[in-house]
Parts: sequence; C-alpha cells; structure tokens
Amino acid sequence: MNSTFQQVQVIASDIFGVPAGKITADSSPETIETWDSMQHLNLVLAIEEKFGVQLAPEDIEQMKTIGAAAALVAKKLQSAVR
Amino acid sequence: MAAEHDVINLREEIDRLIAEGAAEKARARMDELWRRDPGSAAASFVASRIGQLREKLALAKFKLAILRSFTVEPIVPLLRAEAFIYGIDLEVHVGDFNTYVQDIVDASSSLYRFAPTAVVLAVRVEEAAPDLAGDFADLAPAAARQAVERVVRTFEQSVSAFRQHSQAALIVHSLAPPGHPSLGVLDSQSEAGQSGLVRKINAELRRIAESFRGVYILDYDALVARYGSQRWHDERKWLMARLPISADHLLPMAREWVRFLVPLTGRTAKALVVDLDNTLWGGVIGEDGLTGIKVGPEYPGAAYQVLHRALLDLSRKGILLAICSKNNLDDAMEALDKHPGMLVRPKHFAAVRINWTDKAQNLREIAQELNIGIESLAFLDDNPFEREQVRAALPEVTVIDLPQNPLEYAAAVRDCPVFERLTLSAEDQQRTAMYAEQRQRAHAEQTFQSKEDFFRFLEQEAELEPVSDLTLARVAQLTQKTNQFNLTTRRYTEQQIAEMAARSDWHIFSIRVKDRFGDHGLVGVAIAHDQGEQCEVDTFLLSCRVIGRTVETALLAHIAQSAAERGCRRLVGWFLPTRKNAPARDFYEQHGFQRQESNGTGSLWALDLNNSPLRSPDWIKLKVHNGGRN
Repeated sequence: MNSTFQQVQVIASDIFGVPAGKITADSSPETIETWDSMQHLNLVLAIEEKFGVQLAPEDIEQMKTIGAAAALVAKKLQSAVR
Repeated sequence: MAAEHDVINLREEIDRLIAEGAAEKARARMDELWRRDPGSAAASFVASRIGQLREKLALAKFKLAILRSFTVEPIVPLLRAEAFIYGIDLEVHVGDFNTYVQDIVDASSSLYRFAPTAVVLAVRVEEAAPDLAGDFADLAPAAARQAVERVVRTFEQSVSAFRQHSQAALIVHSLAPPGHPSLGVLDSQSEAGQSGLVRKINAELRRIAESFRGVYILDYDALVARYGSQRWHDERKWLMARLPISADHLLPMAREWVRFLVPLTGRTAKALVVDLDNTLWGGVIGEDGLTGIKVGPEYPGAAYQVLHRALLDLSRKGILLAICSKNNLDDAMEALDKHPGMLVRPKHFAAVRINWTDKAQNLREIAQELNIGIESLAFLDDNPFEREQVRAALPEVTVIDLPQNPLEYAAAVRDCPVFERLTLSAEDQQRTAMYAEQRQRAHAEQTFQSKEDFFRFLEQEAELEPVSDLTLARVAQLTQKTNQFNLTTRRYTEQQIAEMAARSDWHIFSIRVKDRFGDHGLVGVAIAHDQGEQCEVDTFLLSCRVIGRTVETALLAHIAQSAAERGCRRLVGWFLPTRKNAPARDFYEQHGFQRQESNGTGSLWALDLNNSPLRSPDWIKLKVHNGGRN
C-alpha cells in the first residue's frame, strides 16, 4: 500500500460511489457494478487532473484494475521526476 | 499518508451527518471538501449526495439543458457540485451530439419535454462551421462568406424558434477561432481570414442575443484564451472520446456556466464586506503605521491596488462595499482617508464596522444597516480564522477564500459568481452614490459600535467665544429660529443681544463647530445671567445639525466653568416646554442638575458648581477665546 494507491482508491471511491475500504488493487469492472465506459473516462480524467499526468489511449487500455491504474500513475510520476 | 486519511474521514463524516439528518452540517462539510479538493472525484462524491439533502436544504431548483457538439458528460458532476455550493440544486439534461438544431426547432423534442429553466448551447466552430475549420485553406473567398452567412442564419433561426417554444434563458457559446490557423501568420492579415471570419460570426451572435430577451453570450473564445488554447484543449481526448477539453479545464468550464446560473437564480451577493489589514493593504496599520503599510503603484503595494480596482468594478455594477475590520478606528480611517496609494476611499463604503467585536455580529449589523438579507453578503478576509468563524456562525454568507499571494486576490473576487449580473439598470449604477449620501447625512452614526467611537471618528472641534460685533446678527438669528434644541425659546433681536452683551452681569457665548465632514459654522448660543452667588442660564440653544454629538455638553460645561470662575456657586436654568423642543427636555437631568421646582410653564433645574462633575467631552477639541472680557 502506497500513497499513490490510496489516492487512486479515494478517486475510484468517489467516481464509482463505493466506500474506499471496499476498493482493492483487484477491483475491476467485473467487481464494481458502476464501472462502465463513461465512468472509466471519468476515472481517467480525475486521475489526470489529480496527478497532473497525461494518459495515452494505450495507457487507458491497460487500466483494467485499480491496482493497474495506480501502478501506471506511479510509473508516470516517476518518469516525470527523472 | 495523513492527507488521504483526512479526505476519507471527511467523506465518512459527511455520510454520517446525512444519515443522522444533520443536513446543514453535512452541507458545511461538503463545502469544505469542495474547497479543499475541487475536481472530478470530489464532484462525483458531492453530486451523488445532493439528492439525499434536497428536501432538507433551501436550495434553488434549476433545470439546465445542455445542447452540444462535444462530450460534456464528465463536466456535469463538476457543474452540479459547484452549483450546489452556491445553493442551487441543478438537474441537467444533455442533448444528443449535434442534434441541437432539430431539438430547438421541434416543439415536441426531449429538450422542451424537460422544461428547462435555462439552456446552454455549446457548439464548437469545428461542428457549427466545419468549412471554416479544417479545410479552410481550400475555401474560395465567396464560399467562405457564404459559410459565415449560413452559420449566422442557422443561429438566428434557432434562437428565434427557441423563443417561440420556451421562455427559458439561453446561453450561447461564442466560437473559438482555431489555435493554429491554416495559413499561419498570413491568416491575420485579412478580415476574411479564418480567425477574422469566426470573430465575425461571434459579432453577429452578440447582435442576435441582444435582439432577444434572456439570450446571453458565453465568451468561449475569451475563456479558452484566458487559460491558453494549447492547455485548454486535449487532442487525444477529442479523438478518443469527443471531449476537446483537457482534464484540468473541465472545472473552469463548469465554473463559467455557474457564473450564469447564479444570477439566473438570484443567488447573488448585494454587498461585499472587506477586511482591511493584509486585505485592502499589506501590513497591519496599528503596528506598521501609515507609512509602513503597503499599497500603491509599486510592488508589493500594487497587488492591493489591483484588488481595489476589482472592488471599484463591483461598486460600478451596483454591489455595495462595506468594511469589517478589527482595528482602532482612527488608525484605519486615517489610512483609508489619507494614504496616497488607496484607490478605494471612505466614500466607496456604504457601511463601516471598525471595532474589536466579532465579525459575525458586525456582519449581521451591516446587513441590517444596508437593509439586505444576511444571505446577500459576501465576505473577504485574508485571515482563515475569521473566515472559518464567519462560515460557522453565518453559513448563508458567501465567504471568499483568498489565496496566499495578494496578487491573486483580485482574481478571487472577480471569479466569484455571486457578483455576476446579466443586466444592469441605471439604479444599479447609482446605488453606491445613493447609499453614500445617506451615510453622509444621518447614517454615519450607526456605522460605529459605540457612540464614543463615532464621536472620536467625527474629530469635532469647537470654538467658544463671547458674542462680538461679527457674530451678533447670527446669534440673534439663532435665538429667533431655533425651535428643537432650545431650552427656553426666548427670542431676541440684534439690539437686545447687543444691550445684554454690554452689561457685565450678562455673558453671551457662541459656539462654532467643525468635524471631518466639514464646517458647521456658528451653531449654538448660551446666555448666562449672574445673580449674586447663582448664575441663571437664560438661553441655551443649538442648531439641529449638531444635536446629539455632545457639543451641547461642551457648551454647558463651558458656561458652568466660567460661572464658577466668576465666583458663582450654583448654575440654574429653566426648561420651558414648547410643542417642538422635546429634544431638550432631559438635558439638565442628563447633566447632573437637580429639579428645584415645576410650575405651569416649566421646570427649574440647578447644579452645585462646587462639586460638579460636568466636563467637556475629551473627544471635542476646544478652543476658548476670551474676547477681552473675563
């Protein structure tokens, strides 16, 4: 558990309307009922805005779980620091 | 990380408060959440809770339809959250992509079934006038002109049809010219260039809007320019999701819409109450003094002048300005009045509360004085503690969060939607002047916490002197025409006054008063008659212009003191009631005199001069001239 994951967890909780505690790294459209394509766009936009990163279409394809989304953000932030 | 626990806790607290039915508290916490972390995530949280609070809060219901040529769905939660903060319960209907013309023309469309309060027409140049966008370089000049005409005609017909079917407000986005014109710098060399033609359409849009009631232009071009076209747009999102606006600029888009919704619902502020230290100027006047505070054309004082200009713009729109500051009145007024860097002056403020009382109480009084509801006040203060105190005590007040940097203060004020107006009447523009006049006359007194503060603020100076050839006529005139503050109402001619003045046992004093508002001139007369050990007040009068400002005490103290100096032990005086002199009825009693007798014509009062506490108030600067006598 790192702070990026926790931040993504809060964002996902807000966007999908699910308590933060119920969102795990494995949470996905299969486990979260409200995770449809429009909410997926909202998740992407909220992440971009919150972390100041830009997600490319291929990045967005990869975001199949919250864990994957958090890992992607962490990678983006790291390459931004370098 | 503590911050994440914080935001999770805040959300849990909000849900708990909602479950407990504590709607106002929940709302205050949602307000806090939104101020701390405004964005897409928090917007979804806030927007999804409005429904649970709707019944318990006094929200203005508003139905907004958005007709569009691009994806706006991710903006909707931001819009609903932002509107909620301003007390608006927003229901949003989004039209299909590019069906806006059909939606407007067809009286039975889903648009009209929705029965909107307002409609936003958000169309981009790329969709409204495709030939003026992508392939413009291929377009012959005549074809380009025709394209402009066609676009303008479509807009005009749409607006006209809309007005036939609906009385809702209509907010039309202007078109933003392309960031990169097809012909590069060459494009700017002609009115018929790509940018020139788009701007021509925009000018026509303004003309169309002006010719219909309730049709407004949202200057999308200027909005994009304010944030920068390159940052505003996100080409990847456009290609992926038909969303042309980048993630960072969805909130500014929502906020621009709210600037229309707030005046349309009447959730506006009628007055802005400002703090002084570190808000209107840099520094603390009580510590740094007149020469130490920062305000003027140079940095860092320039930041405050930028704010002053924003305040003056509000004032010109009919929004009243008021002051609420914890300060010593004299220090603060001196800075407002005399500091060369101040662009706002006392005359710009309709109410002033400079004292050490808590600000919520002062705000209540200001609302009362200006005769507006407390919900019509906005509050500007650099001190987060004061802001929180006001938020907690008066949740109806719009509290503006000031950024750390004073250079950003003006933008915080200008961006606040409660100051938006969609129309301006002549009355609006004169409102400040009307209030200022009122204040100049009788109101000034009420702007102070205590009478004493008011008296000190007045900076009165009184000049006392025996009647002379120069003042004889005026003294006689005052005895003849003064009715209200006149204890005996004895009328004297000039000759009678001159006769009395020539005798050694009669003492005639005049008093001249000026204060910070100006010179009142000779406004009072007292005539004393020595009768052995006692001195009788034959006449005591004051012009109504200065009644109740303790000048009367100064005059009475002076005749008492001079009588004592002449060896008198008692000062006596009649109060002879008339139909008009009630204001003088309690004068002797209030100044420590004892009633001696009453008869059918009046009452006689006396003061023992040997241990009289009667003194002139220390806030009046006294000048006593002897005129060669006594």
